[in-house]
Amino acid sequence: MSAASTAEPAFVAKTKTGRFTDFVDSRVGGSGILREFGRKVFPDHWSFMFGEVALYSFVILLLSGTFLTFFFDPSMAETHYDGSYVPLKGVEMSVAYNSSLNISFDVRGGLFMRQVHHWAALLFVASIAVHMLRVFFTGAFRRPREMNWVVGSVLLILAMAAGFTGYSLPDDLLSGNGLRIIDGVIKSIPVIGTYISFFLFGGEFPGTAIISRLYMLHILLVPALILLMIVLHLFMVVVHKHTQYPGPGRNDNNVVGYPLGPVYAAKAGGFFFIVFGVLALMAAFFTINPIWNYGPYDPSPVSAGTQPDWYIGFVDGALRLMPGTFGDWHVEQVWFGHVFTFNVLLPALVPAGILFTVMFAYPWIERWITKDDREHHVLDRPRNAPTRTGIGVAGFIWYCVMWAAAGSDLIATHFHVSLNDVTYWLRALFFVGPIIGFIVAKRVALALQRKDREIALHGRETGRIVRLPHGEFIEVHAPLDEYKRYKLVGFESPQVLPAVPNEHGVVTRKEKRRAALSKWFFEDRVAPATPAELEAAHGHGHAAVEAPEESKSLSH
Amino acid sequence: MKALSQKRRHPLAAIALLLMGLLLTGGLYAVATTVNEAKASTTTYSANDTEEGGKLFAANCATCHGMGASGTADGPSLVGVGAAAVDFQVGTGRMPMQMNGPQALKKPAQFNDEQTHQLSAYVASLGAGPAIPEEELVNGGGDAAAGGELFRTNCAMCHNAAAAGGALTRGKFAPALADVSGKHIYEAMVTGPQNMPVFSDSNITPEGKKDIITFLKQIESTGSPGGADLGSLGPVAEGLFVWVAGLGVIIAFTIWLTSRTS
Repeated sequence: MSAASTAEPAFVAKTKTGRFTDFVDSRVGGSGILREFGRKVFPDHWSFMFGEVALYSFVILLLSGTFLTFFFDPSMAETHYDGSYVPLKGVEMSVAYNSSLNISFDVRGGLFMRQVHHWAALLFVASIAVHMLRVFFTGAFRRPREMNWVVGSVLLILAMAAGFTGYSLPDDLLSGNGLRIIDGVIKSIPVIGTYISFFLFGGEFPGTAIISRLYMLHILLVPALILLMIVLHLFMVVVHKHTQYPGPGRNDNNVVGYPLGPVYAAKAGGFFFIVFGVLALMAAFFTINPIWNYGPYDPSPVSAGTQPDWYIGFVDGALRLMPGTFGDWHVEQVWFGHVFTFNVLLPALVPAGILFTVMFAYPWIERWITKDDREHHVLDRPRNAPTRTGIGVAGFIWYCVMWAAAGSDLIATHFHVSLNDVTYWLRALFFVGPIIGFIVAKRVALALQRKDREIALHGRETGRIVRLPHGEFIEVHAPLDEYKRYKLVGFESPQVLPAVPNEHGVVTRKEKRRAALSKWFFEDRVAPATPAELEAAHGHGHAAVEAPEESKSLSH
Repeated sequence: MKALSQKRRHPLAAIALLLMGLLLTGGLYAVATTVNEAKASTTTYSANDTEEGGKLFAANCATCHGMGASGTADGPSLVGVGAAAVDFQVGTGRMPMQMNGPQALKKPAQFNDEQTHQLSAYVASLGAGPAIPEEELVNGGGDAAAGGELFRTNCAMCHNAAAAGGALTRGKFAPALADVSGKHIYEAMVTGPQNMPVFSDSNITPEGKKDIITFLKQIESTGSPGGADLGSLGPVAEGLFVWVAGLGVIIAFTIWLTSRTS
C-alpha cells in the first residue's frame, strides 16, 4: 500500500499503480480505512460463519432476484397460456403466473435463476436461524450485544416477510392457497379483521391488486429494510468486535484470531463463491417450487400437500394442531351477533407472539435474573450455562413440534401412520415436549460439566490397565496438557443470587421473583475445578501407585 | 277423472300407488345408472367365463363377500358393482385383501389376466354395473390441459396437484398415480374404490376422464423440468432438503475453512 500522506504533497509515486492509489488515498483516505479494517481480528470457528452464509445468500438473492424482475410481470389480468409447457396449453391464467411460467420454460436460464433465487431464500432464513441458535446457546447476546440481538431478530422477521411476499408472487395454486390462509388469519382478527383484509386485497379476496402490491413490498421495501438492518448489524459487529470461545490467552479484553487482511478477506471471499456454488448446484439438480405442477390460482381447488415454505411452517402447523371444539364447546364463538374465530386467531398469533416476544426480550430477562451487567466477549460453552441451554432447547422443541405439524399429512403417508394420531401426539408434545426438552437438556449439560470436571481433575482414561505389586488393578489416566485443561476449568459458574433489600431496606415482590428465578437458574450447579482441587488431585495422583489406600482416585 | 277420484278409496289404491312410485323411481334409477354405461366396453363374456369366474369367486372371495356375492359382515355385497370394480380391485392386487386395515393396499396381483376376466364376468352377471372401459378412452390422446384443470378441481385435494398422493383421515390415504395404467385410473373414477368418491359420467364425462388420463400420462412422461423432483411433495420436502443437504454441505465447508486454526 502506498504510505503517502496528504501532508507531504511533494511525494510522487514511481509506478502507475502507485500514482493511482496515491490519488485515491489522498482524497478519501483509503489506507487509513484499510489499516483499520484490514487489521480487524476475527476468531476462527466454524460456528461463526452462519451469519456470513446469510449475508452471502442475501447477495445471491439480490443478484438472482434482479434477473427475475426483468421478466416477471406482476399483473393479475387474465390471459391464456401459450408457452412451451404442454399440460397447461391454452389454460386461462393471470399474467403473473404466465410470466412465471415463461421465466421457467421460455427465458434462457430463467428456470435456473428462479431455482437459485428460491433455494437461496430457503438457505437465507435457515442460516439466520442457525446463526441465532449459535448466538443464543453461546450467550453472545449478553452485554454489549443485546441491541445487535434485537437487530438480528428484526432481520429474521424481515427475512420471513421477504420470503412470504416472494412465495405469493407466481400466483399459482400453492401461493394462492397460502394467501388464502393469510386472508383467513387477518379476517379472524375481531372487529378490524375484515377491514384490513379488504384494504390489503383491494376488495374481496383475491381481487386483482394483491400480486402487484406484494411485488412492491418484495422488491423494494422489504429488501431495503433488510439492507438497512444488515448495515446496522455489521456496524455493531465492528464496534463490539467479535466474540470468541474460551481458551488459553483469551479474555474479555482481547480478540484472538487472524486479521481480516489478507487471511480473512481471502477466506470470506472464497466462502461467498462456495455458498454460491452450493446454491447453483442445488438449483441445477433439484427442482424447487415446480409452479407448473400447481396450475393457475383458483379459489376452489386445494391440493394435498399444500404447505408454506419452511420458515412459515410453524404457523401453519399451529393452525393444524388447533382443535375446533373442546367437547361440546366450540372455539368459534358468536358474541353480540359477531363471529369470533378464535380457532384461527389463537393458533395463528399466540405461539408466534410468545416465541418472538421471548426471543426479543431474552437478553433483558437473563440480565435481570443474573444482575450481570458486565461486558462479555468470551462465549459460554452451552454446557456451562445449563439452564439457558435448557430454555433454548425447550423453545427449539416447541418450534419443532409446530413445524412438524405443518407436515403432518406427509408424516402420516410416509411412515404409514394415522393422520389423526400424528395430530394427537403433536398436540400432546406441544405442551409436554418443551418441558421434557428442558429437563433432558439441562441434565445432559450438567452431566457434561461433571465429565469435564472429572477429566480436568483426573485426566483422560487411557484404557491401559496396570496391575500393582499387591495385586490391585488400576487404569492409568493420562493427564491433560495445560491448554486443554484451561478450557475445562476456565469458565464462570454463577451462583444463586438471593433477594436483597433495596435502598429503603425493603425486599420488593419483584426482587423476590427475581431471586426465585435466580434459584431456578443456578441452584443445580457443577462448579469448575479450583486450582486447589487440581493441585490435590495431581498430588495424590502420583502417590497413588505407591499408596494404594488412596486408590479411590484412579489418576496417574 | 271422476272415475279415478271415485276409486281413490279403493282398498287396492294404496298398493297401486306404491307400485307406481316404485316403478317410477326404479325406472329413473335404471336410466341414471346406465348413463355410466353409455360408453360400456364391447368386452363380451362367454358363459364359460362366468362359470369359471363363479368357481374362482367361491374359492377366493366368498369367505368375506358371501356365496353369490351377497355380502357378509366382513365384506360388502358385490351385486351391481360391475366388471370395472372387479377389474380394478383384483387387477391392482388390492383384492383379495391381505389383511384388514384402514384400506386395501396395492400389491402384486394374485390372479392372471384371464382369471381376472373370468371374475369380472361372474360379478357382472350378478347385476348391471360399470363395465370395463373401452381401449380408446384409457390410452391418452385427449386434451392434457383440460384434463389438468379437471384434475386440479376434482382430484388434487387428495392425490396432490402433481399426483404424488396425500393423506386422508385415520390411516387412509390417496395413493400416488404414477405408473397406474389408464384403464385402472378410469375404473377407479367410475367405481370409487376404497375411500374414493365415484365420478359418474354425469359428473365427469368419459371425454373428461380421457383428458385426465392424458394429463396424468403427460406429466409422467414430461418428467421434472427443474431437476430431481424430491418426490413432488412441495415445500416440506424442499425445506427438509435445504436443512439437511444444503446446510449440511455448507457446514462441512465451514469446518474445512476453519480447520487450520483454533
